[in-house]
Amino acid sequence: MSAVAKPAADVPALRPSVRGASRVAPAAAAQAPVFRAERLTIRYGDFAAVREVTLDVPPRQVTAIIGPSGCGKSTLLRAMNRMNDFIPKVRVEGALRFHNQNIYASDCDPVDLRRRVGMVFQKPNPFPKTIFNNVAWGARINGYRGNLVELVERSLQRAALWDEVKDKLHQSALALSGGQQQRLCIARAVALEPEVLLMDEPCSALDPIATARIEDLIEQLKSLFTVVLVTHNMQQAARASDRTAFMYMGELVEVDETRTLFTNPSNPRTEDYITGRFG
Amino acid sequence: MSAAPADALFEPRIDARRRRSRLFAGACVAVAAFTMTVLAVLLIDIAHDGWPYLTRSFLTRYPSVLDPKSGGMLSGIAGSIWIVGLTALLAVPIGVGAAVWLEEYAPQNRLTRFIRLNIANLAGVPSIVYGILGLAIFVRWLHLGRSVAAGALTMTLLVLPVVIIASREALAAVPNSIRQAAYALGATRWQTVRSHVLPAALPGIMTGVILSLSRAIGETAPLIMLGALTYVAFVPGGALSDYPSGAGGLLEWTQTALTDQFTAMPIQVFNWTSQPQKDFHDLAAAGIMALLGALLTMNAVAIGIRAWSQRTRT
Amino acid sequence: MPAIVRKTREGAIHAALFACAVVSILTTAAIVWVLVSESLGFFRHVPLADFLFGVRWAPLFEPRSFGVLPLVCGSLLVAGGALLIAVPIGLASAVFLSEYASPGVRQFAKPVLEILAGVPTVVYGYFALTFITPHVLQRLLPGTEIFNAASAAIVVGIMIIPTMSSLCDDAFRAVPRTLRDAAHGLAATKLEVSTRVVLPAAMSGVAAAGLLALARAIGETMAVTLAAGMTPKLTFNPLTSVQTLTSYIVQVSLGDTPHGTIEYQTIFAVGLTLFAITLTINLAAQRVIRRFREAYE
Repeated sequence: MSAVAKPAADVPALRPSVRGASRVAPAAAAQAPVFRAERLTIRYGDFAAVREVTLDVPPRQVTAIIGPSGCGKSTLLRAMNRMNDFIPKVRVEGALRFHNQNIYASDCDPVDLRRRVGMVFQKPNPFPKTIFNNVAWGARINGYRGNLVELVERSLQRAALWDEVKDKLHQSALALSGGQQQRLCIARAVALEPEVLLMDEPCSALDPIATARIEDLIEQLKSLFTVVLVTHNMQQAARASDRTAFMYMGELVEVDETRTLFTNPSNPRTEDYITGRFG
Repeated sequence: MSAAPADALFEPRIDARRRRSRLFAGACVAVAAFTMTVLAVLLIDIAHDGWPYLTRSFLTRYPSVLDPKSGGMLSGIAGSIWIVGLTALLAVPIGVGAAVWLEEYAPQNRLTRFIRLNIANLAGVPSIVYGILGLAIFVRWLHLGRSVAAGALTMTLLVLPVVIIASREALAAVPNSIRQAAYALGATRWQTVRSHVLPAALPGIMTGVILSLSRAIGETAPLIMLGALTYVAFVPGGALSDYPSGAGGLLEWTQTALTDQFTAMPIQVFNWTSQPQKDFHDLAAAGIMALLGALLTMNAVAIGIRAWSQRTRT
Repeated sequence: MPAIVRKTREGAIHAALFACAVVSILTTAAIVWVLVSESLGFFRHVPLADFLFGVRWAPLFEPRSFGVLPLVCGSLLVAGGALLIAVPIGLASAVFLSEYASPGVRQFAKPVLEILAGVPTVVYGYFALTFITPHVLQRLLPGTEIFNAASAAIVVGIMIIPTMSSLCDDAFRAVPRTLRDAAHGLAATKLEVSTRVVLPAAMSGVAAAGLLALARAIGETMAVTLAAGMTPKLTFNPLTSVQTLTSYIVQVSLGDTPHGTIEYQTIFAVGLTLFAITLTINLAAQRVIRRFREAYE
């Protein structure tokens, strides 16, 4: 079994009119990948956190990246919206293509990229502003043309938070619980109507109930967005994702449909990891 | 980049926003460059005006009231050395001691919080108020007169908050594991502090000492308040050669010096700058060069000590 | 070493260290005692209302008047002008250093700022008198007097830029990194991240920095004495000579003022005013800092 998903024949991306319709079955991934890493290597100084990774991220699916601590999964995720740029002495070799354009080429603007590739972080990080202003902030900065109030409501509904906060939109976001704050951060990210949502261990700071709610949410989000989920919780990857990639010490060991990877992995290292023999 | 459906909803105007961001960065760099240029101009101006006066006799002669060209800075240099030296001798033990008590011994109660707040406020008191304090307490109440001793004591109080705050930060930065390791081996609190914590905090403490002594050599206002004279044609204690040789003579010289009147380098600069004639301004420029030279030397020595202490520790 | 000797020694050391800390309390107590007790003597001759609200300060010549407002006005004029320079530049430099500058630039900038802060104030006074006034102010704005508040304000402003910059930098660094990350992730430029997320979040820290800078500017003595002149005036004109609280005290000390006279006592009354003003500002700044720290801990 190959370690890289074979890209199917090129088919135009879904148009907005079919948003919300049933998702494409994973077995027939008929669209071009949203992200393609081509022998991507990322170094911090001398240390190579990601080594020659080649990986496709198909659209409108949840792709999970798992692996033990320090395997490079967060670095790979952060490369996708160029958040790694803020780390001093970071060097990138190879290519990382977003819709066939290398985002590490000199003609790519990271700010523009980040409007289309949103991110949810490990610890909830709402701004010390009101709930409304948190969700609206990104849209305002980026010149949203429509009705902000509708956008905020729509985003909070997509994050499954609307019912809980609709009466207190103008209260401080910091008064919410941890799980609510993380859903607020998801609402804030989706308010920019991105194509891709990157989630960096979004539940690691939350209790099991809040975690479960967010996992349900991810299932709904994938009808609208491509989701890339980094998690150190294997059960979470197994529950919430369509495809899973296993990384170890910076290298991509194996990537496959989730069910296959967890029941019948082809690489012995993958098998060792998912059976708990290490990590 | 290929267009996605949501692009129509936003008008990101990325180019304009990015340009604004870059403009800001450019403006900052421009202002910084401008400030540096201004300072460079100042230094060149001072050097140009003062250089002709900066001779060896300038540093070894007394100032002259009548003829600026034959004046010198010896009294100021000697006075500054006495004041700064004594201040260091007093402020460093007391300041570091207070910092050690605050960080290593003090319980977490209202008294401690009050002391901390108090020190923060003392750091913000204008230096001339310290001069008023010194005038009332040391010059008058303790009858020390307008002497080197009074000046040094006043300066000590002035720089004490700086030493304490810097030392506290240095001590707080020492990782707790060092202390715990020492305690676990049966060391007392003082043994731990003296053998482990203080050496680890030494570089930071040295920084505080450098800062405080740099202030001490440059501060004019408190010394003026104490009555440090602007025109002084002798060094504190007089020439060492006037005294019998040996330890007894040295002691006598020190005693006389402590009770002697004095002036200091910044006071002489102030005095010369206050005169209307340009010749005196040029003399002041020479005095500034001497003062900055002394500052630079002090800083270099202290940085060297800090680097040496860092190296010998690791 | 026997335990009793060790315990006594430890106790003695503890006491000695505590005594060092107590020196600071004694200092404050002494300052307050000296200022208040000598001022009481002053206020026996001069009514408090005349002092606080009088608009003419002429304690040394006839007809005498002891209204402190001209001195306060002079101090505020110089300090205000200094803040006009120091706050924007200090704040902008802190934004630049924390958001735009590479670590190399930061490492270079910090020592440079320290050097700027370490230059003695008489040097700044010399600079104001011999360069700023004749070559800048009098050229741009003829009619500027030789001694004027503006040149003092300019150099004091330059003097406190490092303070403002480093305090603002501390305030920015107290804002958690994740907030900045979130803002970047929402496609904001560096300027937007700094001004629309970090600065609002650090606002009380920045306000405290401004207050501390104000207190320093009011307390500045030598540069003001050399550059601003000795004419107490109730004015908002920065191009004319004024006298501040601090330069008045210097003026009296340089003269021959016998102990016990009312002129001597003005030192303490003015000193008390200066101390009260700077203390109030510093205390306000401390309170703002504490509230700011609570928000992030």
